[in-house]
Parts: sequence; structure tokens; C-alpha cells
Amino acid sequence: MAEIASTTLTGGFRKPSILPGFGITLGFTVAYLSLVVLIPLAGLALRASGLGFGGLWAVMSEPRVIGAFKVTFLTALAAALINTVFGLLVAWVLVRYEFPGRRVIDALVDLPFALPTAVAGIALSALYANNGWIGQFLPFRVAFTPLGIVVALTFIGLPFVVRTVQPVLQDTEPEVEEAAACLGANRLQIFTRVVFPAIMPALLTGFTLAFARGVGEYGSVIFIAGNLPGVSEIVPLLIIIKLEQFDYAGATAIATMMLVASFCLLLAINLLQHWTRARHAG
Amino acid sequence: MPAEIVIASTAPAIGQRSIPRPALGESPLVKAALIGVALVFLLLFLVIPLVAVFYEALHQGFGPYFDALVEPDAVAAMELTLLAAAVAVPLNLVFGVAASWCIAKFEFRGKSLLITLIDLPFSVSPVISGMVFVLLFGAQSWIGPWLRAHDIQIIFALPGIVMATVFVTFPFVARELIPLMQEQGVDEEEAARVLGASGWQTFTRVTLPNIRWGVLYGVLLCNARAMGEFGAVSVVSGHIRGETNTMPLHVEILYNEYNFVAAFAVASLLALLALVTLVVKSLLEWRYADQIKATRR
Repeated sequence: MAEIASTTLTGGFRKPSILPGFGITLGFTVAYLSLVVLIPLAGLALRASGLGFGGLWAVMSEPRVIGAFKVTFLTALAAALINTVFGLLVAWVLVRYEFPGRRVIDALVDLPFALPTAVAGIALSALYANNGWIGQFLPFRVAFTPLGIVVALTFIGLPFVVRTVQPVLQDTEPEVEEAAACLGANRLQIFTRVVFPAIMPALLTGFTLAFARGVGEYGSVIFIAGNLPGVSEIVPLLIIIKLEQFDYAGATAIATMMLVASFCLLLAINLLQHWTRARHAG
Repeated sequence: MPAEIVIASTAPAIGQRSIPRPALGESPLVKAALIGVALVFLLLFLVIPLVAVFYEALHQGFGPYFDALVEPDAVAAMELTLLAAAVAVPLNLVFGVAASWCIAKFEFRGKSLLITLIDLPFSVSPVISGMVFVLLFGAQSWIGPWLRAHDIQIIFALPGIVMATVFVTFPFVARELIPLMQEQGVDEEEAARVLGASGWQTFTRVTLPNIRWGVLYGVLLCNARAMGEFGAVSVVSGHIRGETNTMPLHVEILYNEYNFVAAFAVASLLALLALVTLVVKSLLEWRYADQIKATRR
């Protein structure tokens, strides 16, 4: 009875239901969300608005800041591109082929999600150092250069591409490919004209997810990067440096720009996922 | 691959070939090459780094390894990590269940906005996640002077570490449960209600058994992140050895002191945690696939 009364009270806000607990769970959800996430982020936004556009611009035009943004976005882009290629390959191999150890490898793809970033960071920098297991075979330096950042971000971003492409690849119907084959297409044509367009939205989503993660990544990068300002210094590290120097205005300005960038990426991801779903339905 | 064109374009050609090749699938050579390249990539980027952690930790024998683990600062770091996770995981578990109940079982306006906001911490850089708390409670904040006057330390102390951990692990349980409970619908709960169950009985006897593996799955991922978080915690911790260092931060300090064996020893515990997480996660996925992941994407 109480529920019926409350639905008439709330009117068009929600559909009537005989299940209880709407008010208390929604109230708790919104309160906890505000307390943990929204108020802290609003605090940052408020600080940024205190700086004004001029203050923001003054920080953003510092050569060191520009350099850090360049390094961060370029390395994240490179890593996301590598992951798009190899992530698609790994997803393809896992979905299409049977081979010994496939399940173990499938499980292992999530390692970058589960492994603490600092552990990944020290392991990669030990491996890719000049005398490391991998680094000694390479003709060029990887650790302590921007290439090192790309290696770390490739590690971090891989599961994003694999896990977004894999289910879509699993759902593609063999009939469509068979039809293409009957109509005279060879394997390459089938892949580029039939399979690839079907998984393209998912691949783009995976790319964007990996890129977004790479832009914000800190733990795995700082050990291998070398952290030379303008060359291999990433934005998250610069924020920490500014905070340690008690330059809160500078840190706020940089963080605000980073947040704006991540929200744009989040929006892009949502649109892409919408596109993927629309395509699947159609 | 001209052979396949032959199959496709002229039907009788199939009969002429001794072994008809299926229309789908690559030639064994291409297949082997693709598998090979994928495996080499995964070997380089996933397997070798993992092996390296354990090798670097143990290559001087078990003595230095265990010494690094029982050292007081390392033990303190382990305790702090466990404590932060012990606070963050239950909090986000309760939140996740509450949020997915109201989102999955009811229709209301603004629902998709709420879901987007819940996912927000995932798109914020860990460093910024920690920084917001420094801005909120640090010495330069509005309540900073008040906190100092009352001798309450939040930043560079335990509360800050816990808050940052709660922030970064915030969406884990909710984002697993929301799609799962949405797919399960409300039929069973409505039936229970009609048959006279109270709201709480409906939840504990109908909903909870349906979502238990999903809950475990979410908690597992939440815990892995809570114990492994580095960036956010690094900003708020203050790096006081034996006091405000979590395990990942302890790894960083040891590594920067060139104490590689000790750094990798502590790191190997975290890697072990990651491996256990992966094994349990995979077992859950294989055993209870239908009860963990919503089939709808």
C-alpha cells in the first residue's frame, strides 16, 4: 500500500513497482556517490574556476607543461595503435583457432588489469633496461626513453582492445562469411570487406579505451620513463611534481585539462558503444 | 589464395580437389603464423614480465627474499594495504548492491546519467583521484586550517589513503551487478512479494542467491585494485616508511633505493595476488558464466 501511495506522489519520476527499497537504495546511492566522487571532483572544478581562464592559460602555455602533454598523448596514441593491431590479432586467434593452452592464454590477457601498476612498472623497466632480458637484444634504447613509455602503455592497454573485440568477433555469424566465399571472395577480401566492418566499431571502442587509460596512467610508466622534462615526462607525473612543490594552482590547471580530455574521450566511448549496439541490432 | 576462388567460383572444382578446404578458416600456414605472432607478442608483454618479477625476487635465493618480506617496514606496508582494502571493499560492496538494486529493479528518470556518474572514477587518472583529496583536505584547502587546529590529519595519513582507495575502486561491484541484475529482471522478486515475502526476505532469498557469483566476481576485481592501487595512494600518502606506505609504495621506495631484490620480493606478493585473482576469476567465468556476466552487451 505504501508503495502505491508513494508512486502517486512521485508521479512521473518513476514507474510503479511492487518491489520495496527504491527510496532508500537510490538515496544511499546518490548520497554515497556525491560524497565519494562528485564532491571531490566538484572541489577540483571549483578550484579551477578560481584560477580563471587567464590562470589556466598561463599554466598551460608553460613549455614544460606543453611538452608533458605532447609526450603523454603521443605515447598513449602509439601504444593504443599497437594494441589495436595486436589486440585484434590476439582476439582473432583466441576466438577462431584451437590450440593448446588457449584457455590459459585467454585468462592471462587480463593480467594487466589484475597486476598492480607499480609491479608492472618495475618488471618492464628491469626487462627493457640496457642489460635486461629483452633490452640487451635491442639495437636501440627503450628504458628511460619515450619508447619505454610506449612499452608500459602497451602492456596496460592490451586487455581493453582484446576484451572489447573478442565478444563481437565471437558473435559474427559464419553464414555471412560463407556467403561471401560462395560469391567468390577470397579470405583477405572476406576479412577486409565482411569481418572487419562488423568489428570496426568495437575495435575503435577498444582503441579509445586503451588510449584513455594510457593518457592517465602513472604507476607503470614512471619507472621505465626516465622522466626527463620535455622528453619523457608524462602529465600525471608533472601533476605530482607540482603538488610536491605546493604549486596547487598549477596542478589544478593541469588536472582540469586532463579531466576535460578524459571526459571528451568518455563521451566518444559512449557514442562508439551506442554505434556498436545499433549495428548489432540492425 | 587462388585455391579458394576456385572453390567458390566454379562449383565442380570442389569435386576435383582431393581435400576440399572449408570456405571458412585460413590455410594452416597462415593460421600457424597468426598464432605464432600473437603468442610471441603475449610472451614479450605478459609472460616474461610476470616471470621476471619472480626471478628477480628469488635469484639470490630464499634467504634475502624472506628477509625482505619480514622486515618491519614491509610488514607495516602489508598491514596498511590489507586495512585499506578491508575498508574500501565492504563499503563499495554495499554501495554496489544498493546501486544495482535501484537501477536494475526500477524504472526512473535520470537512470543513464546515474550509471555514467558511477563509472566516472574509471575515466579519471589515478593521480587526479588522489589529488582531489589533497585539494579538499590539504593544508591549503578551506577546511585545512580547521583540521589542523583540531589535530585531525587526513592527507598523508590513513584516512586519505582509505579515501583515495575507495574512490578508485568505487565502480567495480556496481558495474558488474547492474547489467547482471538488469538481465535477471524483476519477475522472481515480484513473485516473492506477491507470495507474501517481505522486502528483506525477497532480497536475501531470491535476489542474493541469483547474484552471489556476480557479487564475488565484483569483490574480487575490487579487491585486486584496492590492494594494488599506486597513483592515487601515492599522492595522498606522504611516503612515511612504516607508517603511510602501502605495499605498492613500498615497492617503489625499495626500487628507487636500488634494493632490487627486496623490491621484487614485495612485488612478487602483489603479483601472486594478481595470479590468484586471475585464477579465481577464470574459474568463476568457466563455472558460472551465465550467473556472472549478462549475455546482453
